Amino acid sequence: MSNITVTLTVNGKQQSVTAAPDTPLLWVLREQLKLTGTKFGCGVGQCGACTVHLNGEPTQSCLHALQDVAGKQVTTIEGLSPDTSHPLQKAWLAEQVPQCGYCQSGQIMRAAGLLKQNPRPTREEIVDYMSPNICRCGTYVRIARAIERAAGGGGVQS
Amino acid sequence: MKTTKNAKAATLNAGRRRFMTGAAGLTFGIAAGAPALQHLVAGAAEAATGSVRLNNWVTVFTDGTVAIMSPAAEMGQGSLTALPVIVADEMDADWSRVRIVAAPPNDKLYGNPAFRFLQYTAGSATVTGYFNNLRQFGAQVRYVLLDNAAQRWGVPLAEVVSEPGYAVHPRSGRRLSYGEIAAFAKVPAQAPEVTVEPVAKAQFRLIGKDLPRVDVAGKVNGSAQYSIDVQVPGMVYGAILREPVEGAAPEKIDDREARAIDGVLQIAPLKFGVGVIAQNPWAAFKAKKALKVTWSREATGWGFSNDKGYAQFAALAKDPNAKGVAWETQGDIAGAMGKAATVFEGEYRADYAYHAQMEPLNSVAAVTADGCEIWCGTQSQTVAVTAAAAALGIPEAKVKFNGMLLGGGFGRRGNRDVEFIVDSVLMSKAAGKPVKVMWTREDDLHNGRFRPLYVNRIRAGLDSQGKIVAWHHRVVSDRVLAFMDPVRYKESKGRDNIAMRGTELPTYDIAHRLAEGLQQDTGMRTAPLRAIGVGQNSFANEVFIDELAAKLGVDPVEFRILQLAGTPRAQRAKNAIEEVARMADWGRKRRGRGLGVAYLDYSGTQVAGIAEVSLARDGRIHVHDFWCVIDAGVAVQPDNIIAQTQSSIVYGLGLALTERIDIVDGAVKQSNFYDYHVPRMRDIPNIHIKLVQTRNHPTGAGQMATPLVPSAIANALFQLTGVRLRQQPLLPERVLHAMAEAGVSIA
Repeated sequence: MSNITVTLTVNGKQQSVTAAPDTPLLWVLREQLKLTGTKFGCGVGQCGACTVHLNGEPTQSCLHALQDVAGKQVTTIEGLSPDTSHPLQKAWLAEQVPQCGYCQSGQIMRAAGLLKQNPRPTREEIVDYMSPNICRCGTYVRIARAIERAAGGGGVQS
Repeated sequence: MKTTKNAKAATLNAGRRRFMTGAAGLTFGIAAGAPALQHLVAGAAEAATGSVRLNNWVTVFTDGTVAIMSPAAEMGQGSLTALPVIVADEMDADWSRVRIVAAPPNDKLYGNPAFRFLQYTAGSATVTGYFNNLRQFGAQVRYVLLDNAAQRWGVPLAEVVSEPGYAVHPRSGRRLSYGEIAAFAKVPAQAPEVTVEPVAKAQFRLIGKDLPRVDVAGKVNGSAQYSIDVQVPGMVYGAILREPVEGAAPEKIDDREARAIDGVLQIAPLKFGVGVIAQNPWAAFKAKKALKVTWSREATGWGFSNDKGYAQFAALAKDPNAKGVAWETQGDIAGAMGKAATVFEGEYRADYAYHAQMEPLNSVAAVTADGCEIWCGTQSQTVAVTAAAAALGIPEAKVKFNGMLLGGGFGRRGNRDVEFIVDSVLMSKAAGKPVKVMWTREDDLHNGRFRPLYVNRIRAGLDSQGKIVAWHHRVVSDRVLAFMDPVRYKESKGRDNIAMRGTELPTYDIAHRLAEGLQQDTGMRTAPLRAIGVGQNSFANEVFIDELAAKLGVDPVEFRILQLAGTPRAQRAKNAIEEVARMADWGRKRRGRGLGVAYLDYSGTQVAGIAEVSLARDGRIHVHDFWCVIDAGVAVQPDNIIAQTQSSIVYGLGLALTERIDIVDGAVKQSNFYDYHVPRMRDIPNIHIKLVQTRNHPTGAGQMATPLVPSAIANALFQLTGVRLRQQPLLPERVLHAMAEAGVSIA
């Protein structure tokens, strides 16, 4: 399979990347664009560690081939806020959510997707929406609390 | 803050000075100017020249910054922060001026006393193991700073007190910051002997407060660096197809398809597998998948399965002529069992279980003619260096170590051969370039090193009053220590602490006890897994205790309390059990729900838990609430102990209900999170934790509640249905099978 060159917008910046057409977006982001906040966890869309926003919607970047993301808008954890000021990031710090931290970029990106479509989610809605993302350290209690804190804080935007 | 009322009283022993030797000895440094910590953080201690005078634990800078070394690996458990807190507390540092520096690999200086001075972060033994020494070191630094201030002022040392970051002379109102003292201080060549207050009386200033963990900020914006994130100039990517069974070797390699993949640079046959080197990870993974390899059939593990293991282990567990290695023995077990009024017996099992740390194993290495540089997340910095040096046949001094954050450890990254680090060393040597070797999730499972398969058999003798007088616990399992750490195994006299821990019963008052291990070499790959042997051995203990209570018609909470000894440690156990029963409103019956209790003394930490469950028609157990009380003595970072306990409970929930590895013809059947099910947010009960802070030496906190969960759930299921489950995990089909056998139907 010969390489293709694709142009896409990542965190507001236009990027042109060359790789095999079936290369998952995940590896393009991590190894070519050096945006390593997006993590590799399972490679098959089971854990959510690689969650990014694609055209504004949270999705697992390991499931999208480069050939399918041409011209699309990608937001990674690095693009969520310039200075860790997103309400979710502040709430994550206030609740001291992360333990090993490896899944947390994905958790935050997924939570940002939730708050965008549902700024005041109930606990049940949070649990339902967040369940695709695994945290092996089991920080779920604090993730849920942090989302509630961010939602209660107002001014939520992605 | 800066009042004399808050000042730390001088508890200095000015008269006595003694040379301190060995690992307990402190040197500390004074440095001019602002800190150049990045050199230290990178672990390149020798590179940190210039304004930084190198030292073992503490450097005080003239700008007031206090750099404190932390020898712990950070995998989410918080000890990277907790250890410097202990030093800073005793030296009365201003925490806002403290910078934490990851200590370089050096067992002699930074080894954990709990592991015979191996620099190894494991076993929830970090705070407890380093605590006394770090308090001593902190007190020595404070002594030297105050002594320098006293000399400058010409006053007796006894008149000088400290406030955070300051030496103060209350009588004259004079004060000097630690940074100001650093500008003129003389550091004695010999460390002063300083007496610290015993834990029961000490006035802590930082210990017991919730200070933000130093690693957390980078974990919410993607900047935290794990080894998988490392990129070095000229780096290529490696993937390895490993032998499906430990010890098998590639006999025939068909790599035609693999070589044809764009971006593949090299195929590197290895003793234990076949390596692929490629320009990017995707090509490396595709090529690995395309390899066709025939494996030698000599390895021990071929043909093995869970069923074969259970058959073999269960026969041994029952065999009166078999004799194990004694793990704990007290009194006269044979005599007491013979005299007992009644003898009960129970058998408990556990499947293999997988760590599932979120970061698949990986490392980066750059091998050159001069040596080797490695980047890795490891539970032991020094073991990593030794293994890399051995793989290349070079002196350890030629290995440059870069410690990275660990995306989860849980015991998987502390094996003596650290194969996931040696992988990149071998591949870099083969490629002649820096290589990042990443395991896929499938590799992480197929090459997994698991909590072993277990068959536990317990016999208990009771006297006519219903008191337990004899307890014989036999554990048959795969060997763990001999496989994961031959060095420690050699020192252990055949006692496999990873498999056997948790069979000891330090708080139950049972006069005659024997815990013996019969660990088997089945050829399976094993490792410590969060809570090690305690995870299964405590399950066996606590379900069996529950069975005894039921047979005697005594309430399970009451029965446990009745078995407790009269020691202070057992009093703490009693408090924990009574408190958790109160929290759960134990006596209140719930319609369609069952409650189950479990208790554990885990390395001195007292934990008790209660689960509330219901049962679905398909055999699925639903855990609604979990209450837990933990008393780990002095809580250095209380909220972090709560966080660790939440984490332990969630981890225990997966092990209790869904997590199992199946071995088929010696190889691992499961491949990814679609067939190895770990808890998700929707699976989590309401978790209620009470941290009891007592004035005892701090004990472990990182995994203590994990073993409570399966036993409390199994005991709750019994209360609900009258049916006992004696095998982890408590799978729906096992529940349905047990109920069918007992003739019980789901309400």
